[in-house]
Amino acid sequence: MISLNVNGKTEEVDADPATPLLYVLRDHLQLNGAKFGCGLGQCGACTVLVDGRAVFSCVTPVSTLAGRRVTTLEGLGTPGKPGRVQRAFIAEQAAQCGYCIPGMIMQAQALLERTPHPTSTEIRKQMSGNLCRCGTHMRILRAVERAAREP
Amino acid sequence: MPMPRFAVIASVAVAVCAACTAQPVAPDAVPARASFDPALIAKGAQLATIGNCQACHTAEDGRSFAGGRALESPYGTFYTSNITPDPDTGIGRWSEQAFARALREGLDREGNHLYPAFPYEYYTRLTDEDIHALYAYIATREPVRAQNRPHELRAPFNSRALVGAWKALYFERGAFRPDPARDAQWNRGAYLVNGLGHCSACHSPRNSLGAEKKDQLFSGGVAEGWHGPALNARSPAPMPWTADELFKYLRTGLDDVHSIAAGPMEPVVRNLARAPEEDVRAMAAYLAALAGPPSAERRKRADAALAQAKTASRANGRGAEVYAGACAACHDRGREAGSGGALPLELGTAMTIPTSSNLLRIVLEGIAPPEGERGRAMPGFADALTDAQVRDLAAYIRGEFGRAAAWTDVDEELKKIREERK
Repeated sequence: MISLNVNGKTEEVDADPATPLLYVLRDHLQLNGAKFGCGLGQCGACTVLVDGRAVFSCVTPVSTLAGRRVTTLEGLGTPGKPGRVQRAFIAEQAAQCGYCIPGMIMQAQALLERTPHPTSTEIRKQMSGNLCRCGTHMRILRAVERAAREP
Repeated sequence: MPMPRFAVIASVAVAVCAACTAQPVAPDAVPARASFDPALIAKGAQLATIGNCQACHTAEDGRSFAGGRALESPYGTFYTSNITPDPDTGIGRWSEQAFARALREGLDREGNHLYPAFPYEYYTRLTDEDIHALYAYIATREPVRAQNRPHELRAPFNSRALVGAWKALYFERGAFRPDPARDAQWNRGAYLVNGLGHCSACHSPRNSLGAEKKDQLFSGGVAEGWHGPALNARSPAPMPWTADELFKYLRTGLDDVHSIAAGPMEPVVRNLARAPEEDVRAMAAYLAALAGPPSAERRKRADAALAQAKTASRANGRGAEVYAGACAACHDRGREAGSGGALPLELGTAMTIPTSSNLLRIVLEGIAPPEGERGRAMPGFADALTDAQVRDLAAYIRGEFGRAAAWTDVDEELKKIREERK
């Protein structure tokens, strides 16, 4: 059994130590916010936070997470009470198909936790590893800027 | 023994520095764009890709050729200069004569010694025609007003007079001399690799004063915190390089049985993609000849690595767990797997070299093309893996794939890279 801290809760998971965190989140814990995109750490749809930093959960073995804090999209808010970054993404209608958006939100969350008032260059740099095939990048950038403005 | 040696050099510097200053070249506005033949400018543009001029003379997110890029060295930080034709802050008052003298003799227009961070040791071999074309290209770039940032060097390296002494000791001025015993392609390759391409600058070891060890040319060097692997017979690549593979790699940064271009090599291959094909072929032919045909023993090791890459069964342990979860999804599928297929690490170089620096940089920082450009990518794991996990992974990769004695510099290199990332 592997013990994990996810969204502030301790979870016991029966999985092979090399299993990617993404599979554990989705298949064992039914936390389906993080998405499977490429499975190769190239698209960012699976982004979650580990100790406040954005990581690709599809290439993060679950055995590396003992004693570390994992935060997923579900840890930021609920449909009834979305978090600050989630509210900004809704307000800017950043989603087209929406598949990349959970990863985008987590990447933005990681940025704002460390840099509350980022420049537009800093935002672009941080978000550059997350791909959106619908092409809503401008709305996504606006959403991150809005989240940075709001309390 | 750097200090006593240094004392000798310092006294030589004092003795000769009066004699080693040079006269300025009279200021002269660079000619107007219309006065240059477009074909000459185009030729200069292609030559500049082989010289990798833009990579060093452009800051991160900066304007092209406007300088300001920091180059870390054991002597302090160099900041590259603005080589756009801006009259006040660039080289807009440099005649072709002043430009040629900088390349050949390492002197600025006013006659001050240039630090050999600017690779005039190699550019001194350029032909008149090539310098003429390079001048046409550089002189017709968009002028950018950007004041040069002074180098931040530790004493006594901040003394320009010392550079004069350094040159007296180590700098060999002179044109490229072709070897009549070799064919035209080899000679073209030798001219480009040892002149404009200045490959040896990063791929040769240097002494305590930063001069190439002439008896160990291409035996492996250092560049911006990365190890530049040996290109001669000591090449650490598990698969011996052929001229065709070198050509493919220099052109695209990717070859079927070798590691992808990373670190300071990434801009080099991006530039060479735009260089004349026959020139890159000549460089590849020269470099393949430099390494020579592999020994029977090396060939055998290469075959074994290739066989192992196809039938891998991995050992257990903490490092193996990290590898299985973080690396295997791409690296165990092999290049043939298409999108996402990465090199089986049995064939990689970073795990075979004497230092852990390259492997750690690749694992932590990943590999990415500059923003907005196409290129090879690998995710970085700096935020996903703790130091202990990186150490386990490095030890596992070194043993399993590098098949060499454990590295002793992992803690030190890891600390250095983590510091840089803060």
